[in-house]
Amino acid sequence: MSKTMIWLLSIAVVCALTFQWVTAPANPPASLGGARNLANGEVVFNIAGCASCHSAPKAEGEEKLLLSGGKRFPTEFGVFIAPNISPDPAQGIGGWNEATFLNAVLNGVSLEGEHYYPAFPYASYARMTASDAADLWAYIQTLPPSSASSQPSEVGFPFSIRRGLGLWKRLHVRTGSIQEIGEADPVLARGRYLVEGPGHCGECHTPRDISGGMVLANWLGGAPSPDGPGRIPALAGPNAKVGEWSVVDIAEYLRSGFTPEYDSAGGAMVDVIENTAKLSDEDRMAIATHLKTL
Amino acid sequence: MNRTLKTAILAVATMGFVAAPVFADKAAEKAMGARKAQMQLYAFNISHLGAMAQGEVDYDAAAASAAANNLAALAALNGMVTCPKGTDSTAMPGKTRAKVEAWTTWPKIGEASAAMKKASADLALVAGDGLDALRGGIGDVGKSCGGCHKPFRDEE
Repeated sequence: MSKTMIWLLSIAVVCALTFQWVTAPANPPASLGGARNLANGEVVFNIAGCASCHSAPKAEGEEKLLLSGGKRFPTEFGVFIAPNISPDPAQGIGGWNEATFLNAVLNGVSLEGEHYYPAFPYASYARMTASDAADLWAYIQTLPPSSASSQPSEVGFPFSIRRGLGLWKRLHVRTGSIQEIGEADPVLARGRYLVEGPGHCGECHTPRDISGGMVLANWLGGAPSPDGPGRIPALAGPNAKVGEWSVVDIAEYLRSGFTPEYDSAGGAMVDVIENTAKLSDEDRMAIATHLKTL
Repeated sequence: MNRTLKTAILAVATMGFVAAPVFADKAAEKAMGARKAQMQLYAFNISHLGAMAQGEVDYDAAAASAAANNLAALAALNGMVTCPKGTDSTAMPGKTRAKVEAWTTWPKIGEASAAMKKASADLALVAGDGLDALRGGIGDVGKSCGGCHKPFRDEE
């Protein structure tokens, strides 16, 4: 074997090992254990909007608590299909434990140790506290099981190589808060947490770069609609309409879906309102108070 | 045939070709204008009910009943007139936010507007019965707005 070949082979091996190291999925964190707060788990379930994606395609009202999956999400990278996350032990996640659930929600890693596609908004959920995620796990186990089997996503090469998502995570997943403001004020801190973490507002309201990561420098700056013409409105910056709304106006919108002009929410925001309507007045006011500071 | 006559015939024929789509566009724009006016009337009447429900103004049974009856009457209007085919955002980009799916997935929009008709008729029955009754009925009306706006309305 020539010297050049040996060099090339060595470089290839180093590259492969580096790729393996850089893209390695996180291991499950330690289980928190202890008694969990089911009422808080329900709050997290609502603000995180779990049912909006994981309920059956045409589910309405109470049917949305059956997390059988099956909704399709067409994107430029392929079609993602929400899996069954009901507590069914065979088809759902009933056979998981708290640690594997935390690894899924906070780190975007499956039971099998593979990266999830970020259609599952773990880039935001990563900012959720482990305690909230553990309460959510406890709450989801109280919901009805579904025996529907999960469908694989329809994603072409090279995005079909999940390991590569490790690079995407290195680029785009941050656990720290985005807006370092108002942390001393519990209302502002709660609002920021709900908006940036479980509420995952940025997933639609922040523009994305070519690799599909949120452009944090333009946080909540508005983005093209993924679903037809028009734009998802900005919540921050000079173009933000909500800047002209009062805190009470924003909180009322999150409860009833009516703008101050009594126009009504449209598109995916209708599902969001269905979830925020179930929050407490205090949480809606916290979100509104935080948004007014942007 | 002399030259002037030929030119005149040609001009009239050309006008016919040009004018037909212009007339069609005008009719579509009129329909969209009427539709937007109807939406404005929805919002205007709901704003009175919403202000009472939220305690911004005092509850007034007669005013609540009037606004709720207007809403029910608006919801009962036949959409065939204001929603002709071709008045969607694919055919008329920038002029409307109504998705073409509202027409292509019929009868879904019919079901959604039936839900609105029912919710506003129910509200009209109870809006004069006190603040709690008003608050109870207005939520379903709000949900029925979303019933159309979620699947059939583009972002701004």
